[in-house]
Amino acid sequence: MKIFPVAGGVHLDYRKELTRDLEIVVMPLPRMLCVPLHQHVGTPAEPVVVSGQPVKKGQLLAAAGPGAVSAPIHSPTSGHIVDIVNYLAPHPSGLTQKTILLRTDGKDQWGELPAPIADPFTATPREIAARVASAGIVGLGGAAFPSALKLNLRTGHTLDMLLLNGAECEPYLTCDDRVMQECAAEVVNGARIMAHALSTSCIKLAIEENKPQAIKIMTEAGKPFGIQVIGVPVRYPMGSAHHLVKAVTGRETPAHGRTASVGVLVHNVGTARAVDHAIRLGRPLISRVITVSGGAMNRGVNIDVPLGTLVSDLVAFCGGFKNGTMPYRIISGGPMMGHMLPGLDVPVVKGTCGILALTAEETNEQPAGPCIRCGACVTACPSGLLPLSMAAYIIHEDMAGAAREGVEDCISCGSCSYICPSHIPLMHYFEYANGRLRALDRERRKHEKIKTLTEARQARLERIAAARREPRHTVTPSAVMVTPPATPPATPPTGEIKASA
Amino acid sequence: MLLAIGSLAAIGATLGAILGVASRYLAVEGNPLEAELLELLPGSQCGQCGYVGCGQAAVALAKGEAAVTSCRPGGKAVAEKLAKKLGVTIDLSQHQDAVQQVAFINEDLCIGCLRCANECSSDAIVGGPKQLHTVIADHCHGCRHCFEICPTEAITMHLVPITVHDWHWHKPKTTRRH
Amino acid sequence: MNVSQSDRRGPFTHAPNSVRQTMLLVVLALVPATVFNGWLFGWPAIFLFALTVGACLAVEAGCLKLQGKPVIATLNDGSALLTGWLLAMSLPPWAPWWIAALGAVFAICLTKHLYGGLGQNVFNPAMVARVALLVSFPVVMTAFVPPHPLFTSGAPGFLESLRITFAGGFNLDTMSAASALGFIKTELSRGIPVSQSMTQAPSFLNMVSGFHTGSFGETSAWLILPGGLYLLWRRVISWHIPVALMGTLFAAGTLFHAIAPDRFISGPYHLISGATMLGAFFIATDYVTSPVSKSGQLVFGVGCGLLTWIIRTFAGYPEGMAFAILLMNAMAPLIDHHFRPRTFGRTRKGEPLPLKPLAGRRSL
Repeated sequence: MKIFPVAGGVHLDYRKELTRDLEIVVMPLPRMLCVPLHQHVGTPAEPVVVSGQPVKKGQLLAAAGPGAVSAPIHSPTSGHIVDIVNYLAPHPSGLTQKTILLRTDGKDQWGELPAPIADPFTATPREIAARVASAGIVGLGGAAFPSALKLNLRTGHTLDMLLLNGAECEPYLTCDDRVMQECAAEVVNGARIMAHALSTSCIKLAIEENKPQAIKIMTEAGKPFGIQVIGVPVRYPMGSAHHLVKAVTGRETPAHGRTASVGVLVHNVGTARAVDHAIRLGRPLISRVITVSGGAMNRGVNIDVPLGTLVSDLVAFCGGFKNGTMPYRIISGGPMMGHMLPGLDVPVVKGTCGILALTAEETNEQPAGPCIRCGACVTACPSGLLPLSMAAYIIHEDMAGAAREGVEDCISCGSCSYICPSHIPLMHYFEYANGRLRALDRERRKHEKIKTLTEARQARLERIAAARREPRHTVTPSAVMVTPPATPPATPPTGEIKASA
Repeated sequence: MLLAIGSLAAIGATLGAILGVASRYLAVEGNPLEAELLELLPGSQCGQCGYVGCGQAAVALAKGEAAVTSCRPGGKAVAEKLAKKLGVTIDLSQHQDAVQQVAFINEDLCIGCLRCANECSSDAIVGGPKQLHTVIADHCHGCRHCFEICPTEAITMHLVPITVHDWHWHKPKTTRRH
Repeated sequence: MNVSQSDRRGPFTHAPNSVRQTMLLVVLALVPATVFNGWLFGWPAIFLFALTVGACLAVEAGCLKLQGKPVIATLNDGSALLTGWLLAMSLPPWAPWWIAALGAVFAICLTKHLYGGLGQNVFNPAMVARVALLVSFPVVMTAFVPPHPLFTSGAPGFLESLRITFAGGFNLDTMSAASALGFIKTELSRGIPVSQSMTQAPSFLNMVSGFHTGSFGETSAWLILPGGLYLLWRRVISWHIPVALMGTLFAAGTLFHAIAPDRFISGPYHLISGATMLGAFFIATDYVTSPVSKSGQLVFGVGCGLLTWIIRTFAGYPEGMAFAILLMNAMAPLIDHHFRPRTFGRTRKGEPLPLKPLAGRRSL
């Protein structure tokens, strides 16, 4: 299999041996689950349960919110709803979000599930997509984009390949590796169902070559169904959807585009497994496999966790932190693209792929020095940008300059920050710039809207004044004045299919 | 010597003539800057800058009497554009956006007098006479005019909370070591 | 709830590299040539080397102190050490002490700190110092001596060496000699064709092994080349600048030598003479003053090679590497602006890639 060259990237110290050989264990049910309503890209889900209501495992807790992009939330176990409150989000901002507090009863009783689709290969793509949507499945690689919407991209795009992403290029994380080794049949089945829903027969599975076991097992499991397993070079960020498609097919996704525009749909292997559960068993997405690892964690695990489990419960299950002290950094996700958690009392959500407790030596953080223009960031950038000059613009608050340099094409992979000998937080600068650019854009749009409204009002007032001056036309002021503008439909937030690294 | 004086004089005369002609034929009527600045301002005539409306603010800005940061609803976005247009450099890294506020009508106190709706420059308040009014938050730019005019104090100004969705990273605080 | 604002965006892992490590690797690559040439040119050269490096560190410390920046922490990054080291290697081996002191001021104070310190300078500090000294003190700066290896007869003793460096120098008329390039240039100006003067110039073997007249650190190509290859192997530098520079110099030299051997020096001779090796691997590749993209580095290297050849061949100075590098340093921002990598998903012009319908794709 020919692998097409992809520019940039870095070689990382993977440290996957900490958890690579550990079988997936199942998390014992905690007493309390905190299930946020916003675990996906798009609008938050809207609760359909009330305080005190008993719920069964798999029961709908919150329906998909308004707008095209959203996903429903289901109960991870049986118990009763304590309350729906604003609770700390697993997000670096330290902000809160609407969260359903669920007291578990320990019985773990399934509620009534939708009937399995007996033969998914005779079902219509629409039925499958609808089931995937109602099961609340989102991209489990970390992007948390509703999967059904991706399946619906079959209309409007010519798709000829389903590419399963098993690259798992982030250090430490081994959950996809374990899922492929232990649940190969489920992954294969889910992939076949998705391919059927996309009306394509070509399924490929890309795995980084540092996972020989997974490659071997998946090759065997996929052989009867013509699923081709491709070992891709071990180089971060190989798991970025756009770069993986380029490496496997040689097709380059245009800027601002989706991989679907070059005929390929990328799904994470964990997502394929979730689709299998939803179609074959009728089960919604209520738990996921994550990796708990890091040098400051007493015991690393690959673990199947009910969504809403608090990180503190998870840490307790893993024997706490080494030396009983708080680690230097607690990260959700991988160390490259993951982010710090605002505390331990935050829930695991659909997009969480790992919880890492890192020591200061592992993070190797140093104060930033001056840029020596070594160009290491330029060589490392998989997007072909000049990180050093973008950062120079951003340091001087010139967002327009940074945008000209292409900061909006940054995929936030962090390769530049990783390689910078001066430890300049380049990726942080770019996230700041992109956040500012988005905020400026929002402000600009609001001002434009208000400006049009104001001008319309001015024109109307002038018309009224003119009508008063001319008594022949009897226009009552009130008839002209009260024109309640209809509330415009909420613009759906444009979700991005980001790198599911 | 004479050649040098002569050639310099000739150059001076030619350039002077070109400038003279240019000033006559390329002259600009009025002050285009004011119009361009007005275009950049929100245009909601809220008066929070201390001037009657955006037109007067634009005049003051063109004269250099008003600071580019004086437009509160415009925030950083407008300040940056004004600064670029006027060619002034401002450090906005410390500039805190005026926290966005929107009006909110307490329906228990509203008597449906329509004064606020008449005052609102962006038609963000809807409602008929003797009926409850309500604010379309998306259209409200927080000028506080309705808040001030309401006879029953039914209107309060609410902060627009930052959500996880709107939040973005701050600029890295690096202790640069040179 | 323990709410704490996280102050840091990732990544939460970092390559085990640092500015200091990079600088020290370059210094390490220079050590063999330095030690050998220290032996080759004797005590005066060793004194000059120590003085230059010491003066650069002292000037750096002084500048940092004046600016209120941390002194020890910055000295630790090794950049001043490297600048001093490279400057010393490009000076005539028996130059007097004040050349070292003045060179340090030119390099560190005027070229680096006045532009804002490490990473901010437009020109390579060592080369600015070398050129400034060359045009200010042409006699002293071209007073090269033939090798006087330590502990051989004719080598100045320790005390005599102190006198050479600190008091009065040496007898220019009896001791000094021209460098190979200088000799050929002088002979050419006297009407003696290059092909003839090259036979009297140091042999190819002597040129490579370092046994010829030249700057302190530039003569022994056989030790500088492995140093450069070591840097390539450790990925401190990439091949683009050295290969483009030496390739251009070699190509131009060979081509014109083939056309008119009486007028032009041959390509291989260009590569082993003067500052070619040191310049190509250690000076033109200076991070701060060279372009950051690979395509830009190729352009930069070609420019340096071509200018070096032009200056060596047509200008008044026999050696042009320093001038060529400085001229290209000035071009580096322009090169950076125009030669940049292609953004993923975009054309070279920056437009999103056009969508090509792929053959054999079904439309749904």
